[in-house]
Amino acid sequence: MALAEPDPATADGPNQTVDGPDPGPDRPAWLPRWFWPLLAAPATVWLVLLFAAPFYVILCVAFGSLNPIFLTPLPQYDPFRWQFGTFLWVVRQIFTNGSVFQADFGHTLAYVAIATTGTLMIGYPVAYFISRHAGRFRLAFLAALLAPFWISYMMRMLAWISLLEPDGYVNRILAALHLTSSPPAWLDGRPVTVILGLVYGYAPYMILVLFGALARIDRSLLEAARDLGLGQARAFWRVTVPLTRQAIVAGCVIVSLPMFGDYFTQSLLAGTRNTAMVGNLIEEEIQSSLVVQGASLVIVMLVLLMMPMLYYTRSTARARQVLGT
Amino acid sequence: MTAAEVGLPARGPLPASLRRLVAWLQNPWGRARLLWVVALGYVIWALVPVAVAVLFSFNAGRSISVWQGFSTRWYAGDVNSVWQNPSLRTALVNTMRLAGLTVVIAVPLGVALAIALDRWRGRGSGASNFLMLFSFVTPELAIAIALFLFFAQLLTFVSLGLQAQLLGLSMFEIAYPTIVVRARLASIPRDYEEAAMDLGASPGQALRRVLLPMLAPAVFASAAIVFATTLDDFVIAQQVNLNASTQTIPILIYSSARVGPLPSLNALASLTLVLSTLVIGLAVLVYRRSTRGERRRGEGR
Repeated sequence: MALAEPDPATADGPNQTVDGPDPGPDRPAWLPRWFWPLLAAPATVWLVLLFAAPFYVILCVAFGSLNPIFLTPLPQYDPFRWQFGTFLWVVRQIFTNGSVFQADFGHTLAYVAIATTGTLMIGYPVAYFISRHAGRFRLAFLAALLAPFWISYMMRMLAWISLLEPDGYVNRILAALHLTSSPPAWLDGRPVTVILGLVYGYAPYMILVLFGALARIDRSLLEAARDLGLGQARAFWRVTVPLTRQAIVAGCVIVSLPMFGDYFTQSLLAGTRNTAMVGNLIEEEIQSSLVVQGASLVIVMLVLLMMPMLYYTRSTARARQVLGT
Repeated sequence: MTAAEVGLPARGPLPASLRRLVAWLQNPWGRARLLWVVALGYVIWALVPVAVAVLFSFNAGRSISVWQGFSTRWYAGDVNSVWQNPSLRTALVNTMRLAGLTVVIAVPLGVALAIALDRWRGRGSGASNFLMLFSFVTPELAIAIALFLFFAQLLTFVSLGLQAQLLGLSMFEIAYPTIVVRARLASIPRDYEEAAMDLGASPGQALRRVLLPMLAPAVFASAAIVFATTLDDFVIAQQVNLNASTQTIPILIYSSARVGPLPSLNALASLTLVLSTLVIGLAVLVYRRSTRGERRRGEGR
């Protein structure tokens, strides 16, 4: 239950009394001015020290140089002396046809796009069903939906590895049904398996976001649509889907952001060069002595993802303002 | 779905109750049979593989894909069981220690931040809110690489392994308690603390004696979330890991899942599953129990 809560709008939404435009002074007169900042300080310091500062270091590494003998990075902490040579080389590589970089970016874009669509295609009917038709099984379905959140991701991947092994249950079922003469080697670098892993891993997030929005739809709107003569199918496409459009976008952002940085799904379920994603590329470079390139790639990735990240942060912040908190 | 309605007699002559009975007889499973199938199919697809993985932790043989009879040797008894194999045991101990310590650091920081962000409308409030939310949406790999370079290049006195993992995760996990506690704060009016302070309590006392007890269920729930997500954390823990002596369960599963894994790996994963289920279950129980009165009042409204 607790995990459903981060969405602020579900928390007692309708009972919330929205403050006027001016919520008044934020403290009684006798409360010292420094009291709230003091309370926020420890966590803020922690975030600045361990989140903001490391990102500065990554910039300094990417725009720094390499020790020519030991091949260790020499970070350049003075922004006026940053060199962009390696960074620009990395960017050029991405646009060079046939380069490893371009191939990995291509894999990533394709897998994330297909897997995100897949989570939406699976997630929408499931969330719709639970919010409208599950009836007295609703709680049971919700529990089943939340279960993947506390089952370790690695364990869920391990489960698929054992099912997809050459002698695993998937191939045995396929053989028993005479669907295939030669059992496919699922784990030997097949894009299908990687996409399956991504959909399996991230679908619960999508469903939760969609469920939050679907459960909040005012039933009277649907009744009005029905009264005005819309059939169920048209009421769905003309009323329900438009009302959940924001949740669809939010769900896609929430599942695709971590997918872009995912490297473990690919290396567990395929682990070959021809299915490698950007995350794998970054990891390989950091592990080998190509740290400057790896750091540059992280920056490229963050720049590319900045828009959806800002969208998500802003829409969460806006939801809070609407609630008057 | 409209087919059920098409089969119905015209709306006028039949009374509503009879019409409903006819509709039920025509389609006893309700109007959403296809959706039932999809949702049930999804739940089976989501949970059966995990159940199979748990089952194979009791396999008598060495395979994780071919069933060879029941045994508990992979939990204790075999040289490679969770209990006897030193690397499995080390991973279990490391994971528990990391998760426990992360809760101790991240939850107080996050709760304090939640209260402050809820009440404080000064200039810095927006910035720290943004920083917290941004740490939540940044892909974990980017954070993990940044932390690795930070500890390897600049803060060299922090040793990779437990120290670095703890620092990184205690920062990464701040967002959960902050978001959960803020959601709860939104439903607590400010009058309680102000009454306490009018009656002579200092701000600190009002916070500790009035607000915190009311927040207790949310604090407890967020502690459970932090614990469970830290148990499961892989990316940060792996990137700032030192060597096999500091690896956690997810790192161990990751590194051995494709190189001839034994069912003891499933046993280790099943133990984490039991542990996090217990923690989350306890949290849900406590949360429901301590907010029971409120929910009843809410329903009465």
